[in-house]
Formats: sequence, C-alpha cells, structure tokens
Amino acid sequence: MNIQGKRNIWKDYQKEIATDRYFYVRSCVRQNFFPGSEKAFLRILKEELSRDVYENASHTTCSGIGYHSDVVPFETAMTMVARQFALMTESGYENFTTSCITSFGLYSEILETWHHFPEVEERIREHLLRATGRTFKKPANLSHASDVIFKFRKEIAEKAKHRLINRKTGNPLKVVEHIGCHYSKMFPSKGVGGAEYPYVLVGMIEEWGGEVIDYPERRHCCGFGFRQYLVKANRGYSLACSKKKFESMAPYKPDFILTNCPGCPMFLDRWQYALSEMEGITYGENGFGIPVLTYEELAGLVLGYDPWDLGLQVHQVTVDPLLDKLGVDYDPSAKFTGKNGIDLGKPEPPTFLKFYQNE
Amino acid sequence: MKDFGYQAHRDNTIDFEKNDFRIARFLLEREPSLNLCIGCGSCTGTCSTGHFTEFNIRKIHTLIKRGDTEMARKQIRQCMFCGKCQLICPRGINLRNVILGINRALEKI
Repeated sequence: MNIQGKRNIWKDYQKEIATDRYFYVRSCVRQNFFPGSEKAFLRILKEELSRDVYENASHTTCSGIGYHSDVVPFETAMTMVARQFALMTESGYENFTTSCITSFGLYSEILETWHHFPEVEERIREHLLRATGRTFKKPANLSHASDVIFKFRKEIAEKAKHRLINRKTGNPLKVVEHIGCHYSKMFPSKGVGGAEYPYVLVGMIEEWGGEVIDYPERRHCCGFGFRQYLVKANRGYSLACSKKKFESMAPYKPDFILTNCPGCPMFLDRWQYALSEMEGITYGENGFGIPVLTYEELAGLVLGYDPWDLGLQVHQVTVDPLLDKLGVDYDPSAKFTGKNGIDLGKPEPPTFLKFYQNE
Repeated sequence: MKDFGYQAHRDNTIDFEKNDFRIARFLLEREPSLNLCIGCGSCTGTCSTGHFTEFNIRKIHTLIKRGDTEMARKQIRQCMFCGKCQLICPRGINLRNVILGINRALEKI
C-alpha cells in the first residue's frame, strides 16, 4: 500500500467527532446479525472510557432500509428522522451517534437537504408537530459509532490486552478493511478519510498493531445492496458482489475482515458459507473461511473481553483460528453455552467450509 | 452442491489483460468494414433467425470485441446467411463475411 498517497488524501477529509454525551441510536438489524456488537460499544464507552451515552427506548427505525428499497418516500423518511431528533432534544443531548451505516447516510442526506432547502425542513417540522406534537433541534454533531471508536483508538490501545500481532510468528495480522457504502460514498466529507480511501477502520488497525491490505476490489460493495438481496430473483447479484471481493482479497491471505456496517459483516460472513455449499470453494487457510469482525468486536477483543460475550460464536465463519493467532485465552467448551448456562446446541458443520478446529 | 434457488451471477467485468482478443483481431483483418459499426442493432432487428431464436449478432459482435466468445460459440451456427442484416446496415458492413469469419475463427482458435 502506498501509504504516503493515502495520507495526502486523508488529510483533506478530517471530521469533527464529539468527545462525550452521545445520544446513541441502534440499528434495526445488527442485534440479530451480531448480537454482542452494540452491547460491546456501550460497555467500552461507559466502562472503559467513562463517557455519557444515552439510549431512548422510544427510538424506532429511521426507515432507511425502506427508503433505499423504494417502499418509503423521502418525505416520510424525513419525518421519521425528525422524530428521532425530537427524542434527542427531549433527552437533553445534542451529539447524535448511529450504530447503522445506512442510518448515518440517511441522517447526513436529510441534514444536507434541509441545509440547502430550508423550506423542506419547515414543512417536515410542521408534519412532525401535527402528527406527534414534538419539536426538535438539529444535532450539533452527527457521527457514526465507528467514528467514536476511531476517536478513542489511542485510549483503547493504551488499555489493550491483545495487539493485532500473530502470536505464532510475531508478524502483524493482515487485515482487510471494508467500509459500508453509505458511510462516505454519498458524502465523502462526512466520513473520516473520504470515500476513496476511508481512514476510519485503517486508523484502528494501525493503532492496534495490524497491517492493512490494499487489494483491487477494496471499495467494491459487499453485496448488501437492499434491492439485490431482498428480492430472491436478484440475490445472485448480491452473492456475485461478495464473490468478486473474496476472489480479489484471497491471494493476499488476510487473517480477517473488519467492517463498520450492519450488512457487510453479515454478507461477507454468511455468503462464504453459501458459496462453499454452492460451488465448493473456501477462501481462508486450511479449508476455513476468512473471519469477519465488526469494529466493536475487534475493540472488545483488543481490550481482552471474552469472545463469547462479544457474540463471536454466532459467526458463520468460525473465528477460533483468529483467536489463537491473537493469543486470546478462551474456553472452547463454553462456545455454545448461553449466559444462563444452558447448552445452546452445536451447529451442524457445513459440507465444505471447515467450522470446528479439531475436524 | 446445494441449490438455494439462486446462484452467483457470472462476472461481466471486461478484463483486457486476461480476455482472448484473437478472434476480434482476425475479424478486423478479414473484414475491415467492421470498424465502421456503430452498434445500432439494425442487423439484429431485421434478423430472421433472431425473430425465432435468441440469436443476436449485435450482441455477439460486441462480446467478441470485449474478448468474450462464449455466446458466439453457442449461437453463430444458427445464422442462415439470408443477408438481410447486410442490406439494412447503415454503414454498409459486409456482415455475411463477418459471420463466415467468426465461423472460420472458431474452427481455428
């Protein structure tokens, strides 16, 4: 990777990220896909960094998934988002932090629309007032949760129990970073490092000791495009996008993939299973897949959290070989034991993709 | 292999480093008028074979120019050499010679 060229680009895309008092809004889908991630974010901010993070139980979907699937009109989406801003205002916060990349993209798009068309903002304020009796202030700072972890990457590095170094070889772990399309492809100035070479995940990887892989299809979509996977007839396009990325990154032998979007880890993880079952191909070492982590899961591992508390047992591509490389002390027998001690049952192993270490 | 009801779509990326352009070069040497093609699709619009089958000479030619010969291998023998495409072509391309050339090239390469 020509790092100097990237740094020249990154310095043009610096972004202000609030340092405390976050109004945090969750994603619609992440708690099902990777259930430990958002909890890990809250734990890191509250317990490790002693920051004030507030969640409002009345928060609903931002409707971004419906908007990007062409079933929710923009006017409706704007009113929904105005209601989220009203919840923030009522709670006494002004730094809005989203867990979801599509929410972040939609909030950015709406704030930009209101900036250029104040009459639209006025109309939406009227809609909201008439429908709910609420008023709102616009956020003083809008950030994605990965921006916040990026902001505190040095503090996390200081508390690190594990660095991204292969314990067996002593070499830095090779990491593929994948940014959600709605993070900065829509508004490059809203993302850390811009759209071509976003720095948000690269900064975390570098700070925690890993090495970033630059590969040809780095900025290609993961395949989570809503209209690709929602309609079964189009789902082959989604699979083809992921396959294109895997084939492009596999020759560089990455140790894992790091993502900051709800959909990317889901599809880069699950499609490895689907491709192995359909075509008999695997992309990792020794018949395993390439593990896929969210940035919260990685931060949690770096801070020494138990991998099963982070929800790593629900990944389709097993993360055990990565935990061994990192030197994480984990209990393999507790992998499929719930928090209440109940045995969750072992998943059936896939036909081709290696899932258990001792197979 | 399992069937989930969908498959990864074929990658249509045109890789100029990997694709085979020998047939495209052979055709241009044999029938230089092909350089005049503007891809209007009149040939396909008037094609008798194309009326009843999926044969599409405009598409076959476009794909050959990109180094993709799979469609040509599957379909080119469906042409009946009626020559209507040649009559309609606004650039006067000798299309029958082009199709003969594709046949010859596929035999050789």
